[in-house]
Formats: sequence, structure tokens, C-alpha cells
Amino acid sequence: MENQNYNTQLRRNTWQLAIWTFAWVASMALATFGPNLIWQENMPFTIVAIVLNAAFGAAMILANIRYIKSMDEMQRRIQLEAMGIALGVGVVGGLSYSLLDTTNIISGDAEISFLVILIGLTYLAATVIGQIRYR
Amino acid sequence: MKNRLKVLRAERDLTQADLADALAVSRQTVNAIEKGKFDPSLPLAFKISRLFNLPIEAIFQDEEEV
Repeated sequence: MENQNYNTQLRRNTWQLAIWTFAWVASMALATFGPNLIWQENMPFTIVAIVLNAAFGAAMILANIRYIKSMDEMQRRIQLEAMGIALGVGVVGGLSYSLLDTTNIISGDAEISFLVILIGLTYLAATVIGQIRYR
Repeated sequence: MKNRLKVLRAERDLTQADLADALAVSRQTVNAIEKGKFDPSLPLAFKISRLFNLPIEAIFQDEEEV
């Protein structure tokens, strides 16, 4: 049946995305903690770890494109809406957060990790809400 | 946009999963189309039309015209 191909392809692409995302996160942890904890600030190792992280990131982006292409049109619309909301919240929230830092309203420096968490949580919430809305 | 998908599916004794199989979409998408929460693209509407052997306008109706 045609849909067995659809489901099989979607499942395969979901797994590929999960694997590349895990590889990217693991390589990010390696590039972050490796210089201090594993190879004692050895620069070539650090460069290799960062290049590896960027390569895994590129593979993750390609896997994400394949994943979205394998979805049907309604699932794609849910993803598009979620990504649009996450991008908007990320830009607006990120710039507001940056302003809080530059005007010294917050005591510490603005950390990129907070922005990544904000985008991630917004995307997750928007995807769940989208799934519920079209149910 | 209103549609007769649920009626046509029931007439042919098909489940949502069967129809999703035939259209190569998820069962959730068939459910959303039936409930009028999601309007299919023209290619998908043509696919549905071919499957039921009916013209598109016999399956989908513009709500402003209804």
C-alpha cells in the first residue's frame, strides 16, 4: 500500500533525525567539556571537536529537511506554523533579553543557551498545540 | 470548506486508516479533513476525487455557496 511507504519513510526519517540530533548534542558536549576535562586545552583536539560538531549539525539540518519532506501536507503545515512561532519568539525574546543585558537591567551576561531553550520550548509547545488544534 | 468525505468513506465501508492508506497521508490528516479543520491542497483533493470516482465539486463545497 502507498501509505505503508509513507509510514515507513516517515519512521525511517524520524529515526535518522533522532540519531543525528543525538550525535550533534553529544559532539556539543564533547566540544564544550573536552578541552578542560579530557584533552587539557590541546588546541588541535578542540578544533577537531568543533569541526565535528558543525559537521554533525549540518547532517542534522539535512535530516530535518528530509523528515519534513516525508510528512504529509497537514503535518508540514503544523511544523511550519510551529517554526514560524519559534522564530518570532526567538527573535523578539532574544533581542529583548539582549537589551536587558546591554542596559544592565539584569546583573549577568545574556547567555545564548537561554535563547536556545526559549526557542526549543516554544517550538515544542507550538507543535503540541498545532497537533491538538487539527485533531 | 465543507466536504462529504465521511459519508463517502462510510458508504464504501472504509476506515479512516484505510483512506489514509490509499491517499498516503496520516490518519490524523483524514480526520482533520473530515471535520473541516484542514482543507486539502488541490493535488490531494484530485487524489480523493479519483479515489471516489467523483468530481471534486461533488466532494468539496465552498461554504459561501452552501
